Amino acid sequence: MGAQLRVYKRRIRSVTATKKITKAMEMIAASRIVKAQRQVAASTPYATELTRAVTAVATGSNTKHPLTTESENPVRAAVVLLTSDRGLAGGYSSNAIKAADRLTERLRSEGKEVDHYIVGRKGVAYYNFRERKVVESWTGFTDSPSYANAKAVAAPLIEAVTKETAEGGVDELHIVYTEFVSMMTQNAVDNRMLPLSLEKASEETVGKGEILPLFDFEPSAEDVLDALLPRYVESRVYNALLQAAASEHAARRRAMKSATDNAGELITSLTRLANAARQAEITQEISEIVGGSAALADANAGSDK
Amino acid sequence: MAAELHVELVAADRSVWSGEATLVVARTTSGDIGVMPGHQPLLGVLESGPVTIRTSDGGTVVAAVHGGFISFADNKLSLLAEIAELADEIDVKRAERALERAKSEADAASERRADVRLRAVAGH
Repeated sequence: MGAQLRVYKRRIRSVTATKKITKAMEMIAASRIVKAQRQVAASTPYATELTRAVTAVATGSNTKHPLTTESENPVRAAVVLLTSDRGLAGGYSSNAIKAADRLTERLRSEGKEVDHYIVGRKGVAYYNFRERKVVESWTGFTDSPSYANAKAVAAPLIEAVTKETAEGGVDELHIVYTEFVSMMTQNAVDNRMLPLSLEKASEETVGKGEILPLFDFEPSAEDVLDALLPRYVESRVYNALLQAAASEHAARRRAMKSATDNAGELITSLTRLANAARQAEITQEISEIVGGSAALADANAGSDK
Repeated sequence: MAAELHVELVAADRSVWSGEATLVVARTTSGDIGVMPGHQPLLGVLESGPVTIRTSDGGTVVAAVHGGFISFADNKLSLLAEIAELADEIDVKRAERALERAKSEADAASERRADVRLRAVAGH
């Protein structure tokens, strides 16, 4: 076998092995999307009921709770960024990071300090490499987040919100995650969780023309709101984590599908080149034999004389 | 037929039980509360404790609910809990083991959880 042909054969073998891996990853991601979507759907009733309850308390009572009223002069905002732990998901993490950068810039231009909280190894690595300050970070559960994970993420956020601004508390709470629209579309979005914008919340949950009933609060509106808001933040974080997980799997599936397709194309073109090389080798061998025998015949003819 | 109210018992990650009922008893931070059809709109904070639902076909559903909220409006009752389990789903042996472990480790929160689970099973 000629050198050229051997090189082609070796490359075909290595590309075939890569294709097998990307194909497997594609299929794993595809099966996980379905699971993640089911989890998003299962968490929806809790989230809607909770948002409804928060809206009911906030609109139905005259209580002024620090978490629902906008600070007149906000000086600090917290931004939670959800990225993935693992790569090979196309532009998934970098899109979320870019969205967070845009939000940070906007908040800074409004004169607010920005505290970053990061979920996922990719985001942590990005911020560490650029030596940006991160208040807190979590890794290891972006594939399939549980409610306990959401609680862990939400706890320091709630603490920061309830603290006085002068003592390092924050006035606003934003979350940046990748919204799962469909198998093919995922958008990096930023949402303000707190202070609550009631108009938006009530639009989401209460249908047109539906009037919220006058609730009787047990034990009192303040206490209910105090208990509700941490749960509200947790549930929003949980929902964002689940959507981000579904988006991550969808992004990985798409990235791996195009990798598999590319590997297939590469194998086809390499096979063609290998065939051409083999053919050239054979042609060369034939011409060498023909040339050799002709030379021998010439030499014999010469000696006969 | 007696008046009915629609009950949704939802945990953070799933819907646990839903159906029609004639009476729901739950424990709020200011004491036990019973909700029957036509109750005034209510929003309360739940203690961890067993919740009893008397279904409209005469049966009783007991669930262990760990913290959360009760909200009632328009004859619809929602029980929201971070963790909620029906009495049938509770593994008694595991809860007993958890109770003992929690007692030996003096872990008040998990002792309470295990205790609520066992009481929900006993009340069934």
